[in-house]
Amino acid sequence: MARIRKRSIQLSKLCSFACCRSSSQDEHAQIGQKGYSRVVYCNEPDSQEQIRLRYRGNYVSTTKYTAVNFLPKSLFEQFRRVANIYFLVVACVSFSPLAPYSAPSIILPLVVVIGATMAKEGVEDWRRNLQDIEANNRKVEVYDKSSCSFRQTKWKDLRVGDLVKVCKDEYFPADLLLLSSSYEDVVCYVETMNLDGETNLKLKHALNVTSFYSSAESLKEFRAVIKCEDPNEHLYSFIGTLYFDCQQYSLSPQQILLRDSKLKNTECIFGVVIFTGHDTKVMQNATDPPSKRTKIERRMDRIIYVLFSTLILVSFIGSLFFGIETNNDLSGGNYTRWYLRPDKTTVFFDPRRPAVAAFLHCLTGLMLYGYLIPISLYVSIEICKVLQSIFINQDQAMYDEVMDRPAHARTSNLNEELGQVHTILSDKTGTLTCNSMEFVKCSIAGTLYGRGMTEVEIALARKRGEQLTEQAPIDASESKKSFKGFNFRDEHIMDGKWVSEPQSDVIQKFFRVLATCHTAVPEVMGPDEIMYEVESPDEAAFVIAAREVGFEFFARNQTSIKLRELDPTSGIRVDRVYELLHVLEFSSARKRMSVIVKNPENQLLLLAKGADSVIFERLSKEGRAYEERTKEHIEKYSEAGLRTMAVAYRELDNDEYKTWEQEFLKAKTSVSADRDVLMDELACQIERDLILLGATAVEDKLQKGVPGCIDKLARAGIGIWVLTGDKRGTAINIGYACSLLRHGMKQIVITLELPEILAQEKEGDKEAIAEASLNSIKLQILKAKSQVTEESSTEFGLIIDGKSLTYAMDKNLVNSFMDLAMRCATVICCRSSPKQKAVITRLVKSVTGRTTLAIGDGANDVGMLQEADIGVGISGVEGMQAVMASDFAIAQFRFLERLLLVHGHWCYRRISMMICYFFYKNITFGFTLFWFEAYTSFSGQPAYNDWYMSCYNVFFTSLPVIALGVFDQDVSARLCLKHPLLYQEGVRNILFNWPRILGWMFNGLLSSIIIYFLTTNSITGPAFRKDGQVADYSVLGVTMYTCVVWTVNCQMALSINYFTWIQHLFIWGSIAFWYIFLVVYGSIPPTLSTTAYKVLVEACAPSILYWLTTLLVVIAALLPLLSYRAFQIRFQPMEHDRIQIQRRRPESTEYDATQRRLSESSEARTSSELPSEVRIRIDNLKASSKRKN
Amino acid sequence: MTDTDRGTQRDRHSAFSLFTQQSLPACKPVLTPEWVIMTFLFIGFIFIPVGLVTLRASHSVVEIVERYDIGCVPEPFRIDKVSYIQDDSIPKNCSLSFKVPKYMKAPIYIYYQLDNYYQNHRRYVKSRSDKQLLHGQNEHGISSCQPVEVNNDRPIIPCGLIAWSLFNDTFTFIRNRAELKVNRKNIAWKSDRGHKFGKNVYPFNFQNGTLIGGGKLNPTIPLSDQEDLIVWMRTSALPSFRKLYGRIEKDLDVDDVVVVHLMNNYNTYSFGGKKKLVLSTTSWLGGKNDFLGLAYVFIGSSSVTIAVVFTLLHLLSPRHYEDTSYLPWN
Repeated sequence: MARIRKRSIQLSKLCSFACCRSSSQDEHAQIGQKGYSRVVYCNEPDSQEQIRLRYRGNYVSTTKYTAVNFLPKSLFEQFRRVANIYFLVVACVSFSPLAPYSAPSIILPLVVVIGATMAKEGVEDWRRNLQDIEANNRKVEVYDKSSCSFRQTKWKDLRVGDLVKVCKDEYFPADLLLLSSSYEDVVCYVETMNLDGETNLKLKHALNVTSFYSSAESLKEFRAVIKCEDPNEHLYSFIGTLYFDCQQYSLSPQQILLRDSKLKNTECIFGVVIFTGHDTKVMQNATDPPSKRTKIERRMDRIIYVLFSTLILVSFIGSLFFGIETNNDLSGGNYTRWYLRPDKTTVFFDPRRPAVAAFLHCLTGLMLYGYLIPISLYVSIEICKVLQSIFINQDQAMYDEVMDRPAHARTSNLNEELGQVHTILSDKTGTLTCNSMEFVKCSIAGTLYGRGMTEVEIALARKRGEQLTEQAPIDASESKKSFKGFNFRDEHIMDGKWVSEPQSDVIQKFFRVLATCHTAVPEVMGPDEIMYEVESPDEAAFVIAAREVGFEFFARNQTSIKLRELDPTSGIRVDRVYELLHVLEFSSARKRMSVIVKNPENQLLLLAKGADSVIFERLSKEGRAYEERTKEHIEKYSEAGLRTMAVAYRELDNDEYKTWEQEFLKAKTSVSADRDVLMDELACQIERDLILLGATAVEDKLQKGVPGCIDKLARAGIGIWVLTGDKRGTAINIGYACSLLRHGMKQIVITLELPEILAQEKEGDKEAIAEASLNSIKLQILKAKSQVTEESSTEFGLIIDGKSLTYAMDKNLVNSFMDLAMRCATVICCRSSPKQKAVITRLVKSVTGRTTLAIGDGANDVGMLQEADIGVGISGVEGMQAVMASDFAIAQFRFLERLLLVHGHWCYRRISMMICYFFYKNITFGFTLFWFEAYTSFSGQPAYNDWYMSCYNVFFTSLPVIALGVFDQDVSARLCLKHPLLYQEGVRNILFNWPRILGWMFNGLLSSIIIYFLTTNSITGPAFRKDGQVADYSVLGVTMYTCVVWTVNCQMALSINYFTWIQHLFIWGSIAFWYIFLVVYGSIPPTLSTTAYKVLVEACAPSILYWLTTLLVVIAALLPLLSYRAFQIRFQPMEHDRIQIQRRRPESTEYDATQRRLSESSEARTSSELPSEVRIRIDNLKASSKRKN
Repeated sequence: MTDTDRGTQRDRHSAFSLFTQQSLPACKPVLTPEWVIMTFLFIGFIFIPVGLVTLRASHSVVEIVERYDIGCVPEPFRIDKVSYIQDDSIPKNCSLSFKVPKYMKAPIYIYYQLDNYYQNHRRYVKSRSDKQLLHGQNEHGISSCQPVEVNNDRPIIPCGLIAWSLFNDTFTFIRNRAELKVNRKNIAWKSDRGHKFGKNVYPFNFQNGTLIGGGKLNPTIPLSDQEDLIVWMRTSALPSFRKLYGRIEKDLDVDDVVVVHLMNNYNTYSFGGKKKLVLSTTSWLGGKNDFLGLAYVFIGSSSVTIAVVFTLLHLLSPRHYEDTSYLPWN
């Protein structure tokens, strides 16, 4: 096998800090002890020792069930619901004589309902199973010792100790120890997107001792033993020892290749399987996301309990009367109702023991009135939610064409919660902004370059009320080619014009620093086309900017960086090679990065870039020529919402460098614990006496449509909190740019950057500082609160920084802080850490008790997403980690508007209506049974044939309610967006509050009374047909049932205002199906159909009275709801009623004009009037609700 | 329309995309005041005439109801009616007479009406065997007939409480000293005679027990021809019910005096039930029942009332829908 040697970069040198960090000795000492007991015999998976250890195979199963346990396990899952247990008990008892109806008619609906849920589970699991099969049957090349070659093997057949070869762009089949790679210095690149969502490549490095084994022949001799930690879920740690050639070598995560990550940029690698299957780190990490339940569901449970109590009460009343009646059967030694044979009776009807009979009858009653509990409620809701999520996923208006990403509802059980969001907590970078950095401006030698305005500047200008004469900043025609990450326009510098600038040498140095001081790896995609693999988007912006100006970085190897640059004297482009000596990496602690290079002129240079504060304090005296002006410019840039960085350099003295290098190399190779500190110190030593060149400004562009979206959400009355790590100034400016802070809004700033605190900090007494800070925050909060109370008509924006926040979270202060925050339209928390984000989310959730939604895109938002009631992940640039932790994933922030205002509102309305209706229809049905009972001396005889009853929930009423839950729209999507105030219906939970739920229940009770009494009085007694026949038990049952089916379906038709052919089909189809059912059921032999035999064809259909009664009862039962709705819509309309009527009346021009004005102003992002109006309205409501309390 | 909407327009025409984008053509009715008024008036204008027509039909029916359970007990026995009815030695003959108030056109239906009789009691309804009624001798299918399934270890046909408690009062009608012929055929449902009660099933071992319930059956007539039994076994819906006894196929004139000779055998005294004899003609709608017509008129007129009230309120308090001050958050 030929060894392919590609460009071999000694990247180990490039990443001098991050790599080769050996774990400390004491950890390795634990090997062989508890928790560190794994032993791998490399290349000997068949050896006795390895087999004896019985490590698991590489077969992976992520399914919840297996073929064997599916039935018991899924059944168990089903019966964890109280309602289902009830029905199961009922089904079991139905075999006893207690049952008021036959056992199969109870069991069938239960089987249908449970079966449907189980089928759903089964299908979901089957999909997972297919994915597993695909993964398990992927092929990998495994070393076969007998033939000294690699052969294709399925992943699932891989064993611990196998030697495998993985080629470029393949996934690692298990956790491997890297032995060697196609690179000479045994490195390889790995993409860990599936593990942690990071898209940048990671460098892995094999031990030098194993680097020799890089061909099939040489591997034959390879023998080694690995002793390491037991399987665990820590992705970034690994402790192990390699015993090879009678020597011990420590292993670190640097040598470990994790399953599900991908080999990149490397031809192939060889590795030993250490962890297989479920022992791998990625599988150990796979935990179920926390399951969240919606508020509606929680309330629904309470309603179920209410119904259960009703059920028990009704049964109790029934059995009480039954006991009395039974007792009366024996009066003074005589049997009164002799036709019941009380002399020869069972315990159930024994007049001698009426108490026992009554008790047993109570059980019968519990079964009979079980129709009060909607058996199919849970499964119907689940079906609806799954279909709703399909609609969310399919929505073209939330589909990002550029990224080819549709919206994705990762869980379907939070849909209706989307319609009730009270507070949104948002990340900034990557969420409100694109996280694609654009180089827009720079300041070189105290001169500003780069024109054009950033979005923030435009917003600020608008705020000041200036008229903008200039065109939009991005003008595609202006530039020949436009690059992602580059939006710099300045004719003084572009196209080689910089040569004629007065400070051209400084400009040259400036861009050289940008072109060399980085860790990017160029990838030549074609002629004149270079892509850069970078660690952060900022870095890409710098390299691209340097290239566009004329300093093209095109190649890098282990020791050099090649630039193609313009020679200012000759005007030709020449290749220059910089010898790369050292890279002092960027870290968040150092806040800077520098490289030491030797230029073609043999000059030693230290090139540095970093945060302004860090660079400025390292300037030499003569290097401060532009300091003042640069500082000014940086200030200006950060006001414009730009991210700034200072650029500096230093010429190194040869001797100085030599001595420094010696010490540095010594420190680098040392293994002591303080190695990092030592290296930091040494880096500091060389990074001094810098000469300032200038500063860069990079814009993190706002995502498309963010201001409009935020404005809409604010108008919908949703409070928005932004949690960002930015500086206060930047955060405030971004706030203006995306209309979080608006004209006319008052800012409340809570900060610790006050003179007295700063003074104390200089003294350094930590306790005193803490106390002073706490007091100061307390004062500020109280002051702000009084201000907010005084000026209740103005909107407020609260800005607080992370440090102040820690004090504000103090348990004595937190309530008043949250109180203040809740009264502000916008809250911006700047300088906050990921942990703080999660804590704030939890606080907002617990203090307000309302629904919170967190939105974010990065790994740092995961805590926040999981903590919130709803987590929305932006599937943006920062990888998939946030998405994996989220409940909904959208491609862009602006889709949130549609997700909440349209889908959220619809789903909320649908689910709440559906549940209310469900209770209505079951109460209607259940109580007709009860009224009938009263006329059978509570004997437990149901009014209907057994099979009518069991089909009630499953066939005659199920589809319309599902259509309601899936398709209903009160107003169209367009109007939902046009009238954001409609969203308040969900926030205030107007459609699912107790009055409404009880109203529906009362309506059900009313319907049942109307149905029962009108039917019995109309149809029984005298002849019901011309031929003199009278209506018997079966005719009354059919008539009542017909009325029930008609009534509940017509009530449905009356309470929705959206009919597509689906609704028509389901509603009218259900009614038609009842008649069809009756004909079919009535035509089977009478021993099976019993009372239903030919009941429609022979008895009811020829009777005009039957049809007239149906009409009367249905209209009479609809009349209460119809009149209520008519009066309510006319005199107390809700928002959706108003919009529906508005839609009908185009002539009401005045209203339209208002709307148009408002929407125009909102488009101009300066709409200040309406949000405040909305605010005020909401505040008034809050006040009024408080008054009520 | 947002720009993303525009992107979808190219496949707007496909029905599937209309479905997935939730923009199917839909009818969106709204209860505007005009519609409300129209609807309520419409209901009123339909219901009131229908109600009047039904009332008319009900009034055209001539109905004679004669209660006889007390009158048929001779004075001396009225203190203890139960022992009277249970004493087989006392003859139960009784006669009633009444005057026909209005001309009654044939067919005149004869019903007996029982009150406070729970034919819909669960124990009672269940105590029958459809299999046995259709197929006869079948020892297995009769467990449902408890407590009247066997007597002297032999199954009873027809078994069960319902059959056992068969109503056995008989009526003969005399007008102007001539007996009025009562047609007692075809009083049961056709499907019952044809498919529920066997043609080859004969009563057996029926009412042979120590405790005798109701009537006896002629063991030589197959069940499918025992129409009294078939009628009785269609259990009633409510504790007060009528059952068809027969038809008089001659017209009765006004002031005709009809004398009924009846055998007052059936015991309703122990549970205080009433017994009535009913003679009734029918209209196209059935028997005499004013309730339906009144209910129609009532619903219709309430609708009209609601419409009027609504219209008045609507005109008196003109409200523009632009006004948002009534919203729940104000």
